[in-house]
Amino acid sequence: MLPDLGRYSSEVTASYIVSLGLLALLIALTLWRGARVRRALEEMEARRRKETGHG
Amino acid sequence: MIALLLRDLRIAVRAGGGFGLGLAFFLIVCVLVPLGVGPESATLAAIAPGVLWVAALLACLLSLDRIFALDHEDGSLDLLATAPVPLEGVVAVKALAHWAVTGLPLTFAAPVLGVLLHLPAPAQGWLVVSLALGTPALSVIGAFGAALTVGLKRGGLLMSLLVLPLYVPTLIFGAEIVKRGAEGLSTATPLALLAGITAGVAALLPFASAAAIRINLR
Amino acid sequence: MQTSARLLPWTVGLAAAGLVVGLVWGFFFTPDDFRQGSTVKIIYLHVPAAMMAINAWVMMLVTSLVWLIRRHHVSALAARAAAPIGLTFTLIALATGAFWGQPMWGTWWAWDPRLTSFLILCLFYLGYIALWEAVDDPDTAADLTGVLCLVGSVFAILSRYAVHFWNQGLHQGASLSVAPGERMSIVYRMPLYVTMAGFVLLFVALVLIRTRTEIRARRLKALEARERMG
Repeated sequence: MLPDLGRYSSEVTASYIVSLGLLALLIALTLWRGARVRRALEEMEARRRKETGHG
Repeated sequence: MIALLLRDLRIAVRAGGGFGLGLAFFLIVCVLVPLGVGPESATLAAIAPGVLWVAALLACLLSLDRIFALDHEDGSLDLLATAPVPLEGVVAVKALAHWAVTGLPLTFAAPVLGVLLHLPAPAQGWLVVSLALGTPALSVIGAFGAALTVGLKRGGLLMSLLVLPLYVPTLIFGAEIVKRGAEGLSTATPLALLAGITAGVAALLPFASAAAIRINLR
Repeated sequence: MQTSARLLPWTVGLAAAGLVVGLVWGFFFTPDDFRQGSTVKIIYLHVPAAMMAINAWVMMLVTSLVWLIRRHHVSALAARAAAPIGLTFTLIALATGAFWGQPMWGTWWAWDPRLTSFLILCLFYLGYIALWEAVDDPDTAADLTGVLCLVGSVFAILSRYAVHFWNQGLHQGASLSVAPGERMSIVYRMPLYVTMAGFVLLFVALVLIRTRTEIRARRLKALEARERMG
């Protein structure tokens, strides 16, 4: 399945693992923070709607 | 503006501020390096130009936060910003005062420390020249960093992070002048480039620094 | 927000397609290079990452200018959003550059002018991000980081030339050029173009997502402040 990487296999593999790992980390953090902020904003806006509805 | 310059100089010398500290730090680094690297004169001679320049650079960094911080705390920075004198001029003068108190003394002290580090004799003159040309740039660039962080409580470390990368061109050309001087080669190119950077920076950066101060004073 | 919401699924999809196709093609279906062996496969990560590391900073420069001149808030937030992405690309460029250089130079790090320039760029990114974090007031932070980006860009260009001077000066023999200066064969160029497109789209997608988050975060902060003031 994997191509024969010859004598540079460790460097090539390391490159791919590190790079894809960093990208995955970036994407994960981006999505996680995005979801957290979105949830907090929705809660805040729901609370305000309730307050202005009753107040 | 002369009055401002004299006032800043007086404060720096009196308050036991940057004046002695920068020089002492310069000395300390030049003592620590051989202790860390080993006393072999060939090794030291090879790294002396770089070490002297890096030590000078770090010593300049030490007293940078005082440039605007003291005035900011007692409100005189607001007064200076609204005074009839242009803020860009104020920044330039403050950078000049900083240089007079750190860069200039460093330039004079450097040859002695060069001897400590086994700097080859032909390079000594070039050391002084390169520092004389380069340290003003360090003060002006440092003033920019100080202007950016003047509003922050513990901005010192952040300021170093912002300023040190900006020092890279000056450092490279300054050290190169001394290295070439040591080997007896022509120093014309790095000299011209260093002078160009200092001139350009001194002419243009105060505008950015003044903008940063105005932003922080809003 | 609506425009970005509509664009987002497309950019994400195309980015994923570009990356997957390009990387799979390059990794599995290209031959080894005569001189570089299988390390040539690293270009599919190194070249796009390095290209985007620079482009991200250029985008930040442009958006900072737009903020400083036209005061579009979204512009400032987009610059802030782009910075960590640019930083990540810089780190990838550095790591892959080092890994690529190892077989060529025999050490895990070499002060090759290109790599050194990227190291300095990394410091610029860190400083920019740190300044955003350090200043409380969002408009002040936007202004200060905008000025920093402008000044930093000038110095980044200066540093690039200084670093090349530094490593080309007298000791020419030691330096080896990493990037394929020679015209690359079409066999490698095609998957490279695809991965480059993938990286560009990934950048756009992430900037869109992060800017939307920044906009929401700002709204949240404003609402919280209003709530505290009763």
